[in-house]
Amino acid sequence: MSVTDATALPDGAPVVDAPTTSRRRGTYDAKEVGLALLFLVPSLAVFAVFFYLPFARLLSWGTYESVRGGASYNQVGIDQYREVLGGHEFRIGLWHSLQFVLWTVPFGLVLGTLLAVAAHRRLKGIKVFQAIFSSTLASSVAVSSVIFFFLFNPAVGFFRVSWQSSPRWAIFAAALPAIWQNLGLSFVIVLAGLQAVPDEVMEAARLDGYGAWRRLTRITLPLIAPVLMFLLVILVIYGFQAFAQIDIITKGGPGGASETLVFKIFKQTQDYGKGAVLSVGLFCVTLVVTFIQFAILDRRVHYGDE
Amino acid sequence: MASVTFDAVSKRYGEVTAVDDLNLAIEDGEFMVLLGPSGCGKTTALRMIAGLEDISDGKLSIGDEVVNDVDPSRRDISMVFQSYALYPHMTVQRNIESPLLVRSYHVDGNDKPARKLTKAERDERVAEAARVLDLEPYLKRKPAALSGGQRQRVALARAFVGRPKVFLMDEPLSNLDAKLRAQTRIELVELHARVGTTVVYVTHDQVEAMTMATRVAVMSMGKLQQVGTPQEVYARPVNTFVAQFIGTPPMNCFPGRISADGTRLEVEGGTLPLPAGLVAVPAAGSTITVGVRPEHLQVSAEGSLGVEVRAVEWLGHECLISASIGDATVVVREAGMSASEAGSSLQLSVDPANVHLFDPNTTLRIG
Repeated sequence: MSVTDATALPDGAPVVDAPTTSRRRGTYDAKEVGLALLFLVPSLAVFAVFFYLPFARLLSWGTYESVRGGASYNQVGIDQYREVLGGHEFRIGLWHSLQFVLWTVPFGLVLGTLLAVAAHRRLKGIKVFQAIFSSTLASSVAVSSVIFFFLFNPAVGFFRVSWQSSPRWAIFAAALPAIWQNLGLSFVIVLAGLQAVPDEVMEAARLDGYGAWRRLTRITLPLIAPVLMFLLVILVIYGFQAFAQIDIITKGGPGGASETLVFKIFKQTQDYGKGAVLSVGLFCVTLVVTFIQFAILDRRVHYGDE
Repeated sequence: MASVTFDAVSKRYGEVTAVDDLNLAIEDGEFMVLLGPSGCGKTTALRMIAGLEDISDGKLSIGDEVVNDVDPSRRDISMVFQSYALYPHMTVQRNIESPLLVRSYHVDGNDKPARKLTKAERDERVAEAARVLDLEPYLKRKPAALSGGQRQRVALARAFVGRPKVFLMDEPLSNLDAKLRAQTRIELVELHARVGTTVVYVTHDQVEAMTMATRVAVMSMGKLQQVGTPQEVYARPVNTFVAQFIGTPPMNCFPGRISADGTRLEVEGGTLPLPAGLVAVPAAGSTITVGVRPEHLQVSAEGSLGVEVRAVEWLGHECLISASIGDATVVVREAGMSASEAGSSLQLSVDPANVHLFDPNTTLRIG
């Protein structure tokens, strides 16, 4: 049959981008820019007071060296950055932070996703399970850390292991409450993503012959990839920033074996200059890791309007 | 290719019966349209053929095989959804190819085991489907970069590529604009003529049913009302529901009475002839529902029925005259411009062959 589609694009015509990106850059006139800036003023002011100015202050603190346990400070310039960021302490702290991230992100993400896939069905009483699985989100970091702290207690705990005092397992012990909480967060967000996938697409896949596993890996996961991408990025950031779990469960011990970068920053009560440098270091690491994630994954993620 | 047979099939959701004791034999190669208003059970019936809904009662067969408990992917059917249900993350090529990638087919004859197609075989089939449906320029695009009509054709190509025994279509035209819909109707009929596969097509649009179907199954409230060719359901509707569902504007139905001598119909404002070839004339004086289609009411000075004109709508090629017979309103279709005006009186006549009688209690056809 010959088809002449009334609304068809002419052959070989370039595909039109999604409407949001179709406006070419550089076509805004000065009046529009002025108006845009005017609307941005309130949020810029808030950011300036609570982020940009403190950050500038932090950068400048990093150039001062503590003398006699913080009694006074000397301006030493960029040297302190070079010294601290190139030193053993930053490297070991970064390594501990990385281990914490490697425990908390994959386990939290995978377990949360599996639970969400399992709970995404029309069953009587499924809401109860959905509420239970997402409940970890409702407890604070401190509460969940204390729960696990007692679970580990050698005398009355459930696990009755002393992971928190083993140099090898201390980071894992501190990571457990974070995994538990990440699971709830992943569950809620992935479930919302799954509910946005049209039923008819999944039914079409069933009729096409996709089994349950193939439907999951070839249809469902690619369609919720933007959600997984978002989760990955924020869980990694959470991991690098985690503090309370370590403070409550291991206190950085034993012998500094679980001192992450954040914990080392926290310990610099005698040397604000060094603390500032470590903070800037952590900021840069988080920034770089996030950029890498976007660069690698963005190309593989389908956002539905491309 | 295969027939599809509903044998006393019912579908219940708790207290609600969506499909009630459906008996319907869809023949091999037929273009069967399930027609009815929303909530009549037509989509549920279609989804039972697909295997997307369980069957509460009765037997459903595709060919000679009872498929009540057969997995959807093993029924050798394909379906075009109202929303098209394309995979948004795959290119058009990949969308069309997708059933071939995961299913096995009896390509070496039915006595040989089913197998997956080779890359070359898949490419050939995708190329053929793309050629037939004019999708060749778009194979590398994602569905989001296509127009509604193109997406619809991708969905058809995906259904077509596996050469299934039965095509199922769930209101596939309802997301298209009017012009494209009219064009696609013709294309679907051509596609059906070309591949000869059994088609089961669900719609609430009687124009689609009349123009495409080899037979129409009219449904209402979960029950099958009538099955027949478009001509049959138009010319001899079995009850007032079918009479008024088929045809635009619908058939006029108004109360009447058999005359004392049993030779005519008495209605408010005059008389009408009894239908030609009436087997058993109802008792003289009994009340009855009279049905006449708007196109069969003729304006004529000698007409035996006097009505009062309430409104005249001019549509260009014809006029629709709304008029009163007692409390009932009838619509008269007149070609070209009408000389009538609102408030004037009009005499109407009807050929006896075009008068329908229905039992006012059961709504069933008498003659």
